[in-house]
Amino acid sequence: MPSSFAIFVLLALATLLGAAGVALSRNIFWSAMGLLACLLGVSGLYVLLAADFIAVTQVLIYIGGVLVLIIFAIMLTSQIRDISVSNSSMGSVGGFALFWVVATLLCFVALWAPWPIASLPPGQGSTAAIGDGLLGRWLLPFEIVSVLLVATMIGAIVIARKEAKPD
Amino acid sequence: MPHLALGHFLVVAALLFGFGLLAVVTRRNAVAVLMGVELILNAANLNLVAFGRYVAGGIAGQVFSLFVIVLAAAEAAVGLAIILAIYQMLRSIDTARATTLKE
Repeated sequence: MPSSFAIFVLLALATLLGAAGVALSRNIFWSAMGLLACLLGVSGLYVLLAADFIAVTQVLIYIGGVLVLIIFAIMLTSQIRDISVSNSSMGSVGGFALFWVVATLLCFVALWAPWPIASLPPGQGSTAAIGDGLLGRWLLPFEIVSVLLVATMIGAIVIARKEAKPD
Repeated sequence: MPHLALGHFLVVAALLFGFGLLAVVTRRNAVAVLMGVELILNAANLNLVAFGRYVAGGIAGQVFSLFVIVLAAAEAAVGLAIILAIYQMLRSIDTARATTLKE
């Protein structure tokens, strides 16, 4: 049986290769496929962190919702047949410099900062606790988010529809 | 084999954030810029859940990342609607060409 560290390495590789595909691929559709690998890998990492509900939500909302929306936008806005550059980039030298600086700095902080690690018991499933929390302690943000979703839905419809010409 | 620790997840999240930033900065296709934003939000979520697991305990980090996921979905919907509107107007979603407000 593989140890959890081996599984972690596999998931991290999938995540980071997918993210590199999003950032570097010449073809916008392969970028979307990289995003798929990346989101699946992150959802697996959530499982390793004992956050089962977040993992399932990630698959449902990100892959089932956001990624499908993104692929729709790609299909509607670019000719998918010409594989040539629909995904050109600019200023790659500055971009890579920024990437190395930010990634090195964040990794340094992540590895050498004295985080106050608590010796917590190994995680249990958290779905029941999240349900209690959303209808108890976090009820107000929950309701605000639902109002925000309605506003988002109306706003997206209004922005994306074709302008009606006044006769 | 080493045990899983907080640092492993933080490093993955840091590299994820770096790639997202790279996509946002270098891409000219507006949809790809939006994908970079999604990567950055995922990195933040991973950090929240990892800190909740190893430092804070409880479910506060997970609930917070749940709200971030909902907000990311809302942002993607509105962002893609704006991209479609720009495409109808300019027949292109090159971010370098959407300069109508500048003139």
